[in-house]
Amino acid sequence: MNFDELEVVYDLIAEAIDEAGSDNTPLLLSKLALLLAHEIGDLQTVKRAVEAAKQDLSG
Amino acid sequence: MRPAGRAQYQSLYFDYPSYDFVRPPQMDGASEGPPVAIVGAGPVGLVAALELARYAIPSVVLDEKHTVNDGSRAVCLARHSMEQLQQLGIADTFTSKALGWTHGSSYFRGQCVYRLEMPHSGHERFLPMYNLQQQYMEQYLADAARQHPLIDVRFASRVVDIVSDDESVGLTVATPAGSYPLHTTYCLAADGAHSTVRRRAGLPLKGDAYEGRYVIADIQLRSDFPTERRAFFDPPANPGATLLMHKQPDDIWRVDWQLRPGEDETAALEETALRRKIGAILAMVGEDGPWELEWWSIYRAFTLCLDDYRHGGIFFLGDAAHLVPIFGVRGLNSGLADAGNIAWKLAAVLNGSAPAQLLDSYTPERRGATMDVFANARKSTQFMTPPTVGYQLMRDAVLSLSLRYAFARPFLNPRQSAPYNYDQSALTSFLGRDKAFTAGPAAGAPLIDHRLADGSFLLDYLPNGFFVLAFCRDRSAIAEWKGLPGKISSALASAHPLTVLIVCAKSRAPNSDMVLNDADGGCHHRYGAGDGSCYLVRPDRHVAARWQSLNLAELRSAFQWALSIQGTLR
Repeated sequence: MNFDELEVVYDLIAEAIDEAGSDNTPLLLSKLALLLAHEIGDLQTVKRAVEAAKQDLSG
Repeated sequence: MRPAGRAQYQSLYFDYPSYDFVRPPQMDGASEGPPVAIVGAGPVGLVAALELARYAIPSVVLDEKHTVNDGSRAVCLARHSMEQLQQLGIADTFTSKALGWTHGSSYFRGQCVYRLEMPHSGHERFLPMYNLQQQYMEQYLADAARQHPLIDVRFASRVVDIVSDDESVGLTVATPAGSYPLHTTYCLAADGAHSTVRRRAGLPLKGDAYEGRYVIADIQLRSDFPTERRAFFDPPANPGATLLMHKQPDDIWRVDWQLRPGEDETAALEETALRRKIGAILAMVGEDGPWELEWWSIYRAFTLCLDDYRHGGIFFLGDAAHLVPIFGVRGLNSGLADAGNIAWKLAAVLNGSAPAQLLDSYTPERRGATMDVFANARKSTQFMTPPTVGYQLMRDAVLSLSLRYAFARPFLNPRQSAPYNYDQSALTSFLGRDKAFTAGPAAGAPLIDHRLADGSFLLDYLPNGFFVLAFCRDRSAIAEWKGLPGKISSALASAHPLTVLIVCAKSRAPNSDMVLNDADGGCHHRYGAGDGSCYLVRPDRHVAARWQSLNLAELRSAFQWALSIQGTLR
């Protein structure tokens, strides 16, 4: 995925979060994570992504 | 709990039997008792007594009640348990009353998001699951045990003390006519979750308690809805929590609903509130007929067990040894498997045909089964009652996805009770030979049923005790197979009996106790067997070892290992 496409993803997720509202945001993101994991189809890749996401959550 | 105005044993559908206290010979000077005392006349204790009797071992069963159980309320008997009851000769009594089932449905937002379909090929005599109230199970088992000349069931007999070493067990039994001492060689503690024997022995249960609480209620309602497992997630009648429904005989329905975190337990159990809740649930599922309240209780999920299921001459079975969550129907079914496991081992040791070391295999085999149950139960319990914010969120994500996407639906599988495989046991051997098979029950697994040419089933013909399940292409090999047990036994230091059950393809003869007609070769195929293949089968139907073609020396060794006999061949 090139940077232009990643920018599209950035906008898409931002708009989806705003559309869902703060109450539904955790559910939306959990569903998104499961859907993407299913699409990726490789456990090691998903594990690395989960570990990466856990880093630097607060300053 | 019963509705206001009804006594403890006043049921809408079940007549509680009353078993009288009979003065035992030990109160009048007899010092010796039978070799085995079983504490608890619940399903597990009574099955243990019937299993022992199958091997000609007498036992005495002690229970403080004078009737069947009014506490624990198991409902589901798995196929594996029915196959065990068949070996005890009492399965027909159960199937004539129980409701068999193969399916389940899980609902979310009014949609069936998961359909449970348990494997059933038509090659099994029994369906995957049967629903029957525990009171009926206990009554049928008590009737069979009381009629058996080798079983002495003593009601109104409470064990108040127990002392044990590896040689003997001494019990003190309190009765309406006073107390008496009972001396036996072994004791089977099947006295339930609040086991007196376990407490007297000072043994702690260890493990986890889960947060989720369930109200369990039985109601009487006439409904044509089929027998299956129904699970509802976040339903309108119980928002934010789960709900389960099971049909039982006599128009009885089991309704279990989860209390939300922080929901007041006392208020939920109050009869008026309870009736209102059940009314809302029935309206939701479209039942508008009249209904009556039978009984209710509260339940919390645990995965707890003893470190060792043996303590000197005492062996712990069922809930006395391990407590498991209800989701997946593993409590009763694993308790019955405990009884089947310890009974043949005790019998072999008491008969002198196996060394006492055989009993050391009880804990690893059955505690191993408990660990397996815990792993599955943990998953299904975490899904039914998510313990943390994270698990709640992921569960809700799966439910939401399950409305449209098949890949998310297997999370809703309740992981129903399945028999445990003893492949790691010291009694199981020749795993290399096992690997040569491409079908059939693996070494350590229980036998699978098969419908024979005449419509009867393979498991109808199982002998008592150890046997070799032998496969041959035509009748010319039958005589040699029939001579096999003699060749094995004469070479062993043990007097343990061994029989043979021959499955013969191309046979036209009707089935007999020893030779089964597998005219279409279907049983050979199902067992991955060729001409000369054989399975060494334990008395509890588990495969000890198997060979694509007979190896006499290995079969002898496998038989010795399965009985924990050390040393060399004679």
